[in-house]
Amino acid sequence: MTSLPSARGPKRLGLVIDLDTCVGCHACATNCKEWNTSGHSAPLTDLNAYQAEQRGVWFNRVFTFEAGGQGENARTVHFPKNCLHCEFPDCVTVCPTGASYKRAEDGIVLVDADKCIGCKLCSWACSYGAREYDEDAGVMKKCTLCIDKIYNEKLPEADRVPACVATCPAKARHFGDFNDPESKVSRLTRERGGYDLMPETGYQPTSKYLPPRPGKRTAGASLPREEGGRDSAGKFLRWVDAVLSR
Amino acid sequence: MHPAFSVIFFTTASGAGYGLLALLAIFTLSGLLPATTWLGFVAMAISLGLIGAGLLSSMLHLGHPERFLRALTQWRSSWLAREGVLAIATFVPTGLFGIGWVFLNSTSGMFAWMAALSAVMAAVTVFFTSMIYASLKPIRQWHNGFVPPAYIVLGTMTGALLLVFLARLFGVYSPVFGILGIALLMTGWVLKTAYWRHIDTAPARSTLGTATGLGRLGGDVRLLEMPHTEENFLMREMGYQIARKHASKLRFLVHLLLFAAPLALTTLTFWSAVPPLAAGAASFGAVVLAGLGVATERWLFFAEATHTSMLYYGRTM
Amino acid sequence: MRHEPAIDLSPDVHDEVKYTTCYMCACRCGIKVHLKDGMVRYIEGNPNHPINKGVLCGKGSSGIMQHYSPARLKKPLKRVGPRGEAKFEEIEWEEALQIATKWLGNIRATDPRKLAFFTGRDQSQSLTGWWATQYGTPNFAAHGGFCSVNMAAAGLYTIGGSFWEFGEPDWDRARYFMIFGVAEDHDSNPIKTGMGKLKANGAKIVSVNPIRTGYSAIADEWVGIRPGTDGLFVMALIHELLHADKIDTDYLVRYTNLGWLVIDAPGTAEHGLFARDKEGNPLSYDKAGKKLADARLPDIAPALVGRYKLADRRVAVPAFQLLAERYMDERYSPDAVAATCGIDAGDIRRLAAELAHAAFQETIELDVEWTDWAGRKHDKIIGRPVAMHAMRGISAHTNGFHTCRAIHTLQVLLGSVECPGGFRFKPPFPKPIPPAQKPAGKTYAPNTPLGGAPLGFVNGPEDLLLEEDGTPVRIDKAFSWDAPISAHGLMHMVITNAWKGDPYPIDTLFMYMANMSWNSTMNTKGVMEMLTDIDHETGAYKIPHIIYSDAYFSEMVAYADLILPDTTYLERWDCISLLDRPICEADGPADAIRQPVVEPDRDVRAFQTVLIDLGARLGLPGMTNEDGTAKYPGGYPDYIANHERAPGIGPLAGWRGKDGTEQGRGAPNPDQLQAYIEHECFWHHELKPSERFYKFANRDYLDFAQRMGFIGHAEQIVLQIYSEPLQKFKLAAEGHGDIQPPDDMRERIRTAFDPLPVWYKPYEEEMVDTTEFPLHALTQRPMIMYHSWGSQNAWLRQILGRNKLYISTVKAAELGIADGDWVRVTSHNGSIKVQAKTMEGVNPDTVWTWNAIGKRSGSWNLAPDAPEAKKGFLLNHLISELLPPGGKRRITNSDPVTGQAAWFDLMVRVEKCEAGDEVSEPQFPEIGRLPGMEPGPDIVRFNAGGGKKK
Repeated sequence: MTSLPSARGPKRLGLVIDLDTCVGCHACATNCKEWNTSGHSAPLTDLNAYQAEQRGVWFNRVFTFEAGGQGENARTVHFPKNCLHCEFPDCVTVCPTGASYKRAEDGIVLVDADKCIGCKLCSWACSYGAREYDEDAGVMKKCTLCIDKIYNEKLPEADRVPACVATCPAKARHFGDFNDPESKVSRLTRERGGYDLMPETGYQPTSKYLPPRPGKRTAGASLPREEGGRDSAGKFLRWVDAVLSR
Repeated sequence: MHPAFSVIFFTTASGAGYGLLALLAIFTLSGLLPATTWLGFVAMAISLGLIGAGLLSSMLHLGHPERFLRALTQWRSSWLAREGVLAIATFVPTGLFGIGWVFLNSTSGMFAWMAALSAVMAAVTVFFTSMIYASLKPIRQWHNGFVPPAYIVLGTMTGALLLVFLARLFGVYSPVFGILGIALLMTGWVLKTAYWRHIDTAPARSTLGTATGLGRLGGDVRLLEMPHTEENFLMREMGYQIARKHASKLRFLVHLLLFAAPLALTTLTFWSAVPPLAAGAASFGAVVLAGLGVATERWLFFAEATHTSMLYYGRTM
Repeated sequence: MRHEPAIDLSPDVHDEVKYTTCYMCACRCGIKVHLKDGMVRYIEGNPNHPINKGVLCGKGSSGIMQHYSPARLKKPLKRVGPRGEAKFEEIEWEEALQIATKWLGNIRATDPRKLAFFTGRDQSQSLTGWWATQYGTPNFAAHGGFCSVNMAAAGLYTIGGSFWEFGEPDWDRARYFMIFGVAEDHDSNPIKTGMGKLKANGAKIVSVNPIRTGYSAIADEWVGIRPGTDGLFVMALIHELLHADKIDTDYLVRYTNLGWLVIDAPGTAEHGLFARDKEGNPLSYDKAGKKLADARLPDIAPALVGRYKLADRRVAVPAFQLLAERYMDERYSPDAVAATCGIDAGDIRRLAAELAHAAFQETIELDVEWTDWAGRKHDKIIGRPVAMHAMRGISAHTNGFHTCRAIHTLQVLLGSVECPGGFRFKPPFPKPIPPAQKPAGKTYAPNTPLGGAPLGFVNGPEDLLLEEDGTPVRIDKAFSWDAPISAHGLMHMVITNAWKGDPYPIDTLFMYMANMSWNSTMNTKGVMEMLTDIDHETGAYKIPHIIYSDAYFSEMVAYADLILPDTTYLERWDCISLLDRPICEADGPADAIRQPVVEPDRDVRAFQTVLIDLGARLGLPGMTNEDGTAKYPGGYPDYIANHERAPGIGPLAGWRGKDGTEQGRGAPNPDQLQAYIEHECFWHHELKPSERFYKFANRDYLDFAQRMGFIGHAEQIVLQIYSEPLQKFKLAAEGHGDIQPPDDMRERIRTAFDPLPVWYKPYEEEMVDTTEFPLHALTQRPMIMYHSWGSQNAWLRQILGRNKLYISTVKAAELGIADGDWVRVTSHNGSIKVQAKTMEGVNPDTVWTWNAIGKRSGSWNLAPDAPEAKKGFLLNHLISELLPPGGKRRITNSDPVTGQAAWFDLMVRVEKCEAGDEVSEPQFPEIGRLPGMEPGPDIVRFNAGGGKKK
């Protein structure tokens, strides 16, 4: 089971995260949490919820980095991160029990909690830190790409997208099928130079990041100063003769 | 990586156990160890005891130890499953080898085959254990060519020191054991030194620039805010940090306890002036010091290991 | 052969979905609440709601933890120990209401001013303000005075609307967007969504903010301005535009008063006022007719510059000429302001050029026919696609009112207010400038309602609330010379003034949702001491009674004598009313309700229902029938459906009339709330395309607004760039008129009440020794916590459970400070010990932290060693509610015009200190747990409808 699917199905589902647009509001993180704490991998346990050293299971975490230089040149970048549903994920193949698996049909990487022995090896194998161990339940959990939402026939069709995408106020997250060259995610990746995180792992993440765009500045622009703004008597020549009708 | 006691104990104890097992098998086959009951019983008990305790300890590390049998199913892809399968499978030839030795005082014929099989399987099991770590790409201190030989050599080496001690205890000591021990100690020392040099100098393949892709903006990437202000599971598991100063102290301790002292003690016994009792004490001392040394070595193996996921938390690899 | 496990791809998500309105901050998005097995399963944005259109922010998505918080109050409480120690006993509601009725009844029968009724993050101000009126106390306000009154007042005195609730950028059409001083405050989701649209459309975003987080992070250009200098920066942009003649003069003569004539008679009582004809109409010089004419007539050609003789031989000049003279002066040139603002002069020139380019080269023309105020048809709507937004970074300075007016002036000069691509009003705005309602309270008497609402808009010194001897009528000194145009009151001064008995002592402080002993106050430590200070003559507390209503165990609870526990937002009725702070959008008015989606499991009551009950018990007019029985026995929902503020006008505009077919005006509809519930809990009216722009001068819109009761008369609303009410105060300061400021206030009034935007150095920076306190210190509102700091949300506190002091890498190196070092931060008011973090994206003269993360140990039902208490901190300790000593008396640390609390004027010094025990300072005695309150669980395994699955 933890061998990767030998024959892949028609779809390769994943996300595109637009770092040029994300304002870092954490909506994706908390909306994910509220959907999933009662969802497929329920609960997303919180430890020390009202004490010191509070921590819990989150499938989506938002970092903030500074990049691109110093001082005014530095760009603040909000960076949401969740499972990238890699094409060749070691987190699946290292699993000794078959609890971790990659779905042949759409490439979603899941954990079958009933089989998980909680050895945490998959979390060691994930370069991205996308695996989340539930210390209380003793099993590994992770982003399901909201598998109980995206296919849920009991929800209106428009709602069948991952919670993080549906809720994103700035529309910095997009969901779709990377095998379809005309899908929004494929198009955005093409047009905006979508890239892989840590390509050197060889895991080939499905989900892509869109880089921050260089800011627009009209180089050297300044307004021509209208000379003779006033006459010697201090009158504003420019507007003296204008006849402007109400 | 968090240096969990259970895993440190598992890898060091089972490593020594398998090392001892393999040597017992080899030297019974070669006739350097006699097929006597008490020697067999004690030696096998120590070997199997270390292996068993190690395996049990590794189970304590699990969230659901009661489901451990599941861990045997995915041997096609998972080094951990392979290790589990082989560890259990090894008990079959080892059991027969032990029965032959202890109860039938026989290490020949079918039992010789079992001994040989035990030795091979023990070595392969340790190799599989090492591959659990060596296969993990996110951890550069593990994902390198030094790790499997180091596991095999350190396992055999600690096994050899146990063998020397047992042989002294039962009066069946052969200089071959001592020479082997010294050879392994020197090999291990060289390997471990080379390993440290490697992890100290090999450039990290991943940086925060590649991890975020923001290196393309030019300049360094700095962490401004973590996603959570307190430590989460990932940071507790992968974010263990050891100060360089502290690490070099501990490395010195490893050089001393695991290699230099046992080497000196084992070499000492070759000096003819050493009375047998002192030689026995020295070999016991070598076992104890190496035991402490290998635990320290393994603690460092975890503590010095860095995980690429921690790049996101502002750590360097 | 491999088998993937069979998983249920279509599990039941809910038993039921209910719609209501979010209350995790002041944004008030529409939400869909999924309920399963009686528990809240999932909260998501309502895709049909005008505010959020389906999205929901990080706070809204954490509503479950807010609702189930272990910090919820459970039952009314009566104080039994010393104040501040949280020693209470639980009492029944009847006893609680009797106590409150007794205290309030006594006050009302003797001196109603002795009730100070201040509500905090209250979303029912049209009820609470009306209640205060009926009670008869002038001492009412909500938290606007320490929040954003500078923005509201500057907008309402200039363009008839303001940023956020009264207007919004045209997100769909803007090509250039400038955002000033906004991290995350107000309008949470619309700004995020709007910026996403701008990004998708390729518009340019410029963020002017000393700190590069949040919205500034994704800006194309970040202008890391020095705090408090935005006004000067904007004036430099105006300087550039005027010199290049890149202004929309057609727009100015049609829609603004810049063509009105201003009397030029220095030294006289009418200097600087508008020249008017006998009927009082303002005059312009009509260049077409070559004579003076009523400035509001269509088709005249008002002169923008020149000097013109009036009938009485005095001279008058167009307001535009005064504006041009001022801002074309070299002291507003980019070179002159660059050093003060910390912005390169070349960048200022470039930004001005880019603004001009967007406004005049990327002009939008919509082929929509519309009719102007004079009945003239136009076949196109012209748009100048430059949009702006500004909030707290502008607001929270003592020069914030004028800075905001300067921004509006810039917008107006570009012709980008109320046009496609620009800044657009949300009905019921624009309103007449200033709005007609004046503050009531000139007279007050026992057992008598006030003559009107306590808050309003003054037109001149004659509207101030002063006793005959000149002392302020109000406890917060609003509408006095300290803060003449304090349209939202000065909540931040109430406790200090009441404690001092200045202008008079009070009997009862009644507050709602305002954490005034912690993060909602300046000078936190001082205020805590005032709340517990005893009058040694009487042995009673200096503030004798404190009644407080909140849903959660906030720090303020410990300081109250009587606690009235409120419900959570998912357990209550509410109305988001056009009479209050509306949720409309530019394309049409909207209002909304909250409905209870779950029943309270505690003995709590919605504050508004309690207030109406108290009103009935006190026999207040409007809340009792003639026979003395309660008028709204059904509590708040009864009031929402049946109350009429004016005939046909009630809290909700939708489904009015007996049969529910009318909107805006109509008789109360007993089934109105049901109609709202059937329509997803909101009402939204879409304006016709011809009504959507130039609303201040759009005949169809003005008629509509009058029909709806938004405005009294369907007349053009002329934008008041030159502000006559301000000039009236200035004249008073110069000695004209009967109502005179005290002599020591004259200079301050004269400077601050300029009819055109001015810039002056923020007061604290002016008054303290800036070599001793060289750095500006600010807070930013974290997107994940803003207005959700209440309740200690189990999820949000994982994201932000402690705060650090951010300092620029350069400045930190200068001061020898490294990441993680502990530092001492000192202001003229106090000192704190906190942990530092370096960053690149911050103005080097500025340090900052996230707002309201620090908690008092033991409060909010958190473990006493929670990082919020031991590592987190408040900057509030450093901020004084009073200006630094100097002068005759210490005046409020507020904008001199509006009384807006000047949080961001703070100046500090930062020094590295010993880490010690690595605990932030100051620390206060731990607050004990309340009776009946269980400790919060260690492990939360929230799984609605899933039982205890492991």
